[in-house]
Amino acid sequence: MRVIGHVAVNVFKESVRDKVLYSLVAFAALLIGVAYLIGQLTAGQDVKIIKDLGLAAIATFGLLIAVFIGIGLVWKEVDRRSIYSLLSKPIRRHEFILGKYAGLSLTLIVNVAIMTLAFYAVLAYMNTQFSEASRSVWPAPATDPGMLRAIGLIVVELLLVTAIALFFSTFSSPLLSAGLTFGLWVIGHFNADLRNFEAVVESKTAAYLARGLYYVLPNFAAFDIKTQVVNALPVAPSYLAATTAYGLVYISFLLVGAVVIFSRRDFK
Amino acid sequence: MAAIRTEALTKHYRVGFWRPRPYVALEGLTLSVSEGEVFGCLGPNGAGKTTTLKLLMQLIYPTSGSAEILGQPVGDVRMKRRIGYLPENPYFYDYLTAEELLQYFAGLFGYAPAERRRRAAALLDQVGIGAERRMQLRTFSKGMLQRVGIAQALINDPEVVFFDEPMSGLDPLGRREIRQVILQLRERGCTVFFSSHVLSDAEALCSRVAILASGRLAGVGRLTDLVAFQARGWELVVGGLDDAALAHAKMTQLVVRDTPLGDRRYALEVPLSVSPERAIAELTGRGASLVSINPLRETLEDYFVRQVAAAPHERGLGTGT
Repeated sequence: MRVIGHVAVNVFKESVRDKVLYSLVAFAALLIGVAYLIGQLTAGQDVKIIKDLGLAAIATFGLLIAVFIGIGLVWKEVDRRSIYSLLSKPIRRHEFILGKYAGLSLTLIVNVAIMTLAFYAVLAYMNTQFSEASRSVWPAPATDPGMLRAIGLIVVELLLVTAIALFFSTFSSPLLSAGLTFGLWVIGHFNADLRNFEAVVESKTAAYLARGLYYVLPNFAAFDIKTQVVNALPVAPSYLAATTAYGLVYISFLLVGAVVIFSRRDFK
Repeated sequence: MAAIRTEALTKHYRVGFWRPRPYVALEGLTLSVSEGEVFGCLGPNGAGKTTTLKLLMQLIYPTSGSAEILGQPVGDVRMKRRIGYLPENPYFYDYLTAEELLQYFAGLFGYAPAERRRRAAALLDQVGIGAERRMQLRTFSKGMLQRVGIAQALINDPEVVFFDEPMSGLDPLGRREIRQVILQLRERGCTVFFSSHVLSDAEALCSRVAILASGRLAGVGRLTDLVAFQARGWELVVGGLDDAALAHAKMTQLVVRDTPLGDRRYALEVPLSVSPERAIAELTGRGASLVSINPLRETLEDYFVRQVAAAPHERGLGTGT
């Protein structure tokens, strides 16, 4: 664990210096700019739009960081041969992979935490712009802590995307890894359609294949509860727990796969 | 106990996408390096030197054969605590400084933060990295990266050090400093295994060398055994030698090469088949005077060229020895 933590801190340090956190400036600028514009253009729906946009922006910026750093995590070390010196030290290959994953996860969590603070700060400011009467008709307060449930699942989703990107980066080029990761992310958001495939096709083979893919491919749609929290609709704690557990189990399988592939790899 | 031992170590690759063909990167390498030795692994580019080092570092896995370092199989993490490795043309993390990199690597050995800082500072001093140590590594030249690479290889006071082309990218002053580092390691009793295609480095530093060619071991032994006693003739420097006496000496094969030194002085190469006493007697009998006599010994370069030329150049399977 000590070695994994040591590698993770190094990944975090590299990511921070690689100007990854600049994305936060872009996020804050986007949110404040859009809040100002909406304030000028709409009436009554301002806070809801800011909530929708803020949560979507957190998910999108996180996704970009997860994919674009995740795909280069292992590939860059191999391509630039920095892995040669590292693996000659007392570190096992699985510790390297888990340390890399933990480091990027830490970077993502810090990013999401800072974006969340900025998000709530903008909402708190918006809250001061309305009268008590206007606020009373909102489905939820501007700074509703219930939105943290959606942000929590966004974090689990990003950790899963990172694990997918890391898995592909153990054996393929960044371009291919990016394509495969984005592909899985897109398919994963339409995963529910595969489950109901048998209703629209007659071939049993195709139906079984679709059902098999439904179980094998990650179900990213399950992590999206943004609409529910923005509209203050109930989300059962058991749903949050089950979805988080699903994400963690999927991540575990991907990390085991990444470790197995990486442990057998020759660095020519 | 041998510090490094390989037994029939072999690495084959498959090259080509549509019709993959086997390629012999290393074939049946059996070597033993004693503790405290400075051992040179020599060979032209593509001979299998880096493959050997990568196998020893378990960066690649052997097709067959085995290797041990300090009595432990390669890849054993406890053994890795006792070794250091400099890869060829090392490259590190762009956004770390030199001292952060060394402290990072020191942390992998479990040293406390204060000890990491102390080791990093001492080693950067030793390899001549001054104020630049606080600059990010992406700004470093190739030579400076090489120095950092040597420092990181020594971060744990290793018992065995592997250097892959340690002089690469260094200016003459840098080469001299790294030679000093290797000599200091030898004095400390450290085993040093280094690959190079610069023979003068090997001659200056090594007690034994192995010569690889086309992935196969072409020769191994002490430098003195390989080259020093294999005299190929004698060099006589004589004065007062006239043209007629020189022509006669060449015609009778007493001399195979002559180099005029001016004022009727010549450096003459006498073949091994002619005894030096006879050559001296014949030349002085024709009016020449002896200035000096030295054996002409084979250099490591001569030996190297001969072994490499004799090695098979085919790298496919089925040509192994």
